[in-house]
Amino acid sequence: MTYPYRVGDELPPLEIPVTRTLIVAGAIASRDYQDVHHDAELAREKGSPDIFMNILTTNGLVGRYLTDHFGPTAVLRKVAIRLGAPNHPGDVMRLTGRITAVRAGEPAEAVVHVTGDNGIGRHVTGTVTVALPQKGEEGA
Amino acid sequence: MSGAGAEPPRVAAEGRRAGADDPRPGADAPRSAAGTSENDAGRDELRAQLNDAGRDELYDRLRAYEGRPAATAGQGKDPVNEPMIRHWCEAMGDTSPAYRGPDAVAPPTMLQAWTMGGLSGHTDGTGRSAAYDEMFALLDGAGYTSVVATDCEQEYLRPLRPGDRITFDTVIESVSPRKTTKLGTGYFVTTRTDVHADGERAGTHRFRILKYRPAQRTRGSEPARRPRPVINRDNAGFWAGVAEHRLLIQRCLDCATLRLPWLPGCNACGGAEWDTVEAGGEGTVFSHVVMHHPSFPAFAPDGEGGPYAVALVELTEGVRIVSNVIGVPYDKVRVGMPVHLDFLRTDPDLELPVFRASEGG
Repeated sequence: MTYPYRVGDELPPLEIPVTRTLIVAGAIASRDYQDVHHDAELAREKGSPDIFMNILTTNGLVGRYLTDHFGPTAVLRKVAIRLGAPNHPGDVMRLTGRITAVRAGEPAEAVVHVTGDNGIGRHVTGTVTVALPQKGEEGA
Repeated sequence: MSGAGAEPPRVAAEGRRAGADDPRPGADAPRSAAGTSENDAGRDELRAQLNDAGRDELYDRLRAYEGRPAATAGQGKDPVNEPMIRHWCEAMGDTSPAYRGPDAVAPPTMLQAWTMGGLSGHTDGTGRSAAYDEMFALLDGAGYTSVVATDCEQEYLRPLRPGDRITFDTVIESVSPRKTTKLGTGYFVTTRTDVHADGERAGTHRFRILKYRPAQRTRGSEPARRPRPVINRDNAGFWAGVAEHRLLIQRCLDCATLRLPWLPGCNACGGAEWDTVEAGGEGTVFSHVVMHHPSFPAFAPDGEGGPYAVALVELTEGVRIVSNVIGVPYDKVRVGMPVHLDFLRTDPDLELPVFRASEGG
């Protein structure tokens, strides 16, 4: 059985404007009311120049990046991320991905190394395992 | 961050060393840069001086929480439901049809969201264990009041569908030794949560946070300032000498052994009486480390942060002092390099003995 996905394949980059609205909406949608994700003044008191994106939103965006690419029948199995440079309002995060393994099986799985860079550095490094769409389902 | 406030007893003991340009009492950083040292014996001596070889008692207490539950039989406040899924997808810009319609599943990355206490927290008493609260209270009480998440590892075992009732159990997996990061100094705490849906395992969630004491920010145009030395009756004479641009070494009146930094008694014979000898000002670099991360703008020659050299300088009199080497780039400092005493005014209120690399050194 062959799949259209190969080790070394690069996913098209996805640029996400990091707006204040995205940061706040993501925090609230993930039920995260930590003040550093919605209150700039309190964020500054805690040593940050402004509010910053919470890890759950980054996680959600990484997941979306993968399923946008592989299609709605692809299923996320594992998402492991590490945060670095924070996503502050006004920045743009550019997600890139590269397939590092493809495992045969029913369904087959792909492992994708993901990075997200913003204007001040590497915001996120991650590894995602995704169950690939069944044959004939691509683009479904 | 106020390094001097981190551990009062130890900082008091290190006060005299602050005079020797100690890069932030209490900071871990010199240890992390120790690998750049070129002399093991010197490195050990330097490390002992910088860290005072003290145990981190808070860390000992925090470690006792490893393996203890952070939440037992926690209950999701809401069952998996379409409105929360829709709000999530709207925020993320996720338009996948998998998350809509009669066969909708929740985005797997929402796993943690279903366990969150939200604005009011878990009011049923299941969300956080007493152990977790105690551990956080310990950290808060010691000034490590801020939280930032650094790592999230999730595994999804089965899809979550509207109507699924969520329960979860969380264990405190590990607590790191104290680390210094750009945000501040603190401890990494890793928890692992097993999430169940209608009693069936649905996923696991490993989460790492940094619980930290915020680093001090420079505000406006005010330049960063180095920590103040603690001046007390045991070292006041040293600082009085510095004010006159004299580096004074203590000399035991009983056995004539020289000592630096200043101490109340003689290390060699225990004698309590002493006088001083003024250092001639010549020495060599006995050992050194380069401080790369995190950046402390106050310590950098250009005020912009970045690497700087911390050296253990052996004076011709035979005693050693921790200080900075100036006059050469940090990466040109070498063991054996001749240096001579200079005095550096770092800000209007602080002048420190430093060592300038000799011409052609």
